[in-house]
Amino acid sequence: MDQFVQQLLNGLFLGAIYALIALGYTMVYGVLRFINFAHGDVFMLGAFGGLYVHKALAPLLNALPWPLALAVVMLASMAICAALGIAIEYFAYRPLRTRPRLNVLITAIGVSLFIEYTGQLVFGATQQPFPALIPRQNISGLGGLTVTMTQVIVVVVTTALLIGLRYIVMRTRLGLAMRALSLNPTAAALMGVNTSVVISFTFGLGSALAAAGGILYASLYPSVDPFMGIQPGIKAFVAAVLGGIGNIPGAALGGMIIGVVETLVTGYSQKLGIPSGYKEGVAFIILILILLFKPSGLLGKVEREKV
Amino acid sequence: MQIRNRAFLLLGLFGVVTAGLTGCKKGGDAAADADTIVIGEVAALTGGTATFGQSSHAGTQMAIDEVNAAGGVLGKKIKLVTEDDQSKQGEAGIVAKKLVSREKVVALLGEVASGRSLEMAPIAQKAGIPMISPASTNPKVTETGDFIFRVCFIDPFQGTVMAKFALARGWKKVAVMTDVTQDYSVGLSQYFKEYFTKNGGTIVGEQSYASGDKDFKAQLTSVKEGAPDAILASGYYNEVGLMSTQAKELGIQAPLLGGDGWDSPSLVQVAGKSIEGSFFSNHFSNEDTAPRIQEFVTKYKAKHGTIPDAMAALGYDSAMILVDAIKRAGTTEGKALRDAIAATKDFEGITGKISLDAKRDANKPAVVLTIKDGKFVYVETVAP
Repeated sequence: MDQFVQQLLNGLFLGAIYALIALGYTMVYGVLRFINFAHGDVFMLGAFGGLYVHKALAPLLNALPWPLALAVVMLASMAICAALGIAIEYFAYRPLRTRPRLNVLITAIGVSLFIEYTGQLVFGATQQPFPALIPRQNISGLGGLTVTMTQVIVVVVTTALLIGLRYIVMRTRLGLAMRALSLNPTAAALMGVNTSVVISFTFGLGSALAAAGGILYASLYPSVDPFMGIQPGIKAFVAAVLGGIGNIPGAALGGMIIGVVETLVTGYSQKLGIPSGYKEGVAFIILILILLFKPSGLLGKVEREKV
Repeated sequence: MQIRNRAFLLLGLFGVVTAGLTGCKKGGDAAADADTIVIGEVAALTGGTATFGQSSHAGTQMAIDEVNAAGGVLGKKIKLVTEDDQSKQGEAGIVAKKLVSREKVVALLGEVASGRSLEMAPIAQKAGIPMISPASTNPKVTETGDFIFRVCFIDPFQGTVMAKFALARGWKKVAVMTDVTQDYSVGLSQYFKEYFTKNGGTIVGEQSYASGDKDFKAQLTSVKEGAPDAILASGYYNEVGLMSTQAKELGIQAPLLGGDGWDSPSLVQVAGKSIEGSFFSNHFSNEDTAPRIQEFVTKYKAKHGTIPDAMAALGYDSAMILVDAIKRAGTTEGKALRDAIAATKDFEGITGKISLDAKRDANKPAVVLTIKDGKFVYVETVAP
């Protein structure tokens, strides 16, 4: 029983990160109706941003208590990635805004490859150790269960960002504009919404979330390389679709489900008699089943294509 | 319209910059002229096992430079053409083909990882040119054909060494973590299990993962239930490093055991304190006080600023054995060169006295190392 609860916890912590990345996919989709495949790579840049900010500010950061140092590194990297996200949209996607969506989609794949290989050129292709921003210690008093400080921080930060995001989208003027754009871009523009600003903002916000995810992921698994964004990126994309793409709580739910399924399949593969390499396969089978019975995802609304 | 133009301009600029950057990496033209002997090397200079390729390449290059400085061989200079396979399965075969067909190399050196050597081997065999792998320990590599050699011991031996070591320490219950995407790891786990269970040990858990995985908590949580005395982590350093941290976080105190795939400074960088007190088998120890080894360590350090690991020593040995065979053969013709390599006997290498047996494998002792204060420390030598 203990083991099962432990596996469940392992899965939830992993899922929290998937959820954070999935939010970025879902937000961009909600506003622009296309999948930003470069999102996983911005996640990677976030982790490297954290690494380099930490290197540059090491003497200063070592003097600070760790939660403050973590906040500095995270905010700096989020700011860098937000700027990068806005730049990506401005240079790669904006010129194609009036073109068919397929063009943008293919461009997104190109941008993704561009970032990965430029990353390889700039950062080098080898894995680099990530500094311990969060003390590597366990939370005591949980009996046979182990939860590390890093895992707790992951959940706290993810929850805080989720609430913050919800607030921005539901309670601010920019959020209102985002929702208006998502509903009908032409009508929103006619009502005086500056679509370009809103789209830039969406990309910035999504990229900042990816950066936070990158730093948390690198803290959990302290080894970063230019291709580290591919796997989590794909899984987060699946999570976003699973939860209903375009839907923020859906992305969070989807991330949790993928994380837990993956962990349970791996943990019990020996007993179930399936190789643990099938963990991704099982996640995708679940996705297919859900899409068969609920094509809009778990929390997504059914939408009719407008003619 | 204006925006689009500017964007294109910038993209164009990016293009020019990247083209310039990648452009200058290329160099050295193919055609071998009469005064040079061209040797091909495939190494993982980038990617998941990059320190392997970087080390073995540094060792190989050092050997070739020494030979050239001493006047070359057969009155000709040697040119080493190195291709990077990015630690990717599939890529090693492609670049090996390129070396054979485009650069017309007389022999191939490489790879460290067995899975990638297995891709190169059929290409060398078919082309009728000898291939020497510095560090691929999976038996299947040289079984490919009679042109394929290696200068290291093989996994049945390495697996036995670690199984013996565990039993000698009184560790009767061992769990096994295997990287199922690597022939090397699969083989090592298998040979370990065979010897270990035959001699009174029990395997209390078997888990698998794939190269590039970062989360091992699920597997380790299952492993913990079997309360193992030690855990065999037969994969490469990068995954093992992460695994080690996560094992300690889950409260697993049992040491990890591994093979030569651990031999990289990255292991300690990623794993930190968690890997202290774990053990792995290796080809040589740079702490060895033999003058031949210390001379190599000093030369290497002077050139690269770091202490050589086993991959560097093996890279050096593989190149030196090839050069020695060219000298003895008096020609670089494939068949004659093959026969000369096969006749290698009692060659004084950095990693020990190397004789190639009928299966074209080297019979050599292994050393067991442990990690102490972030350094690889010599524990014992195990003879075949």
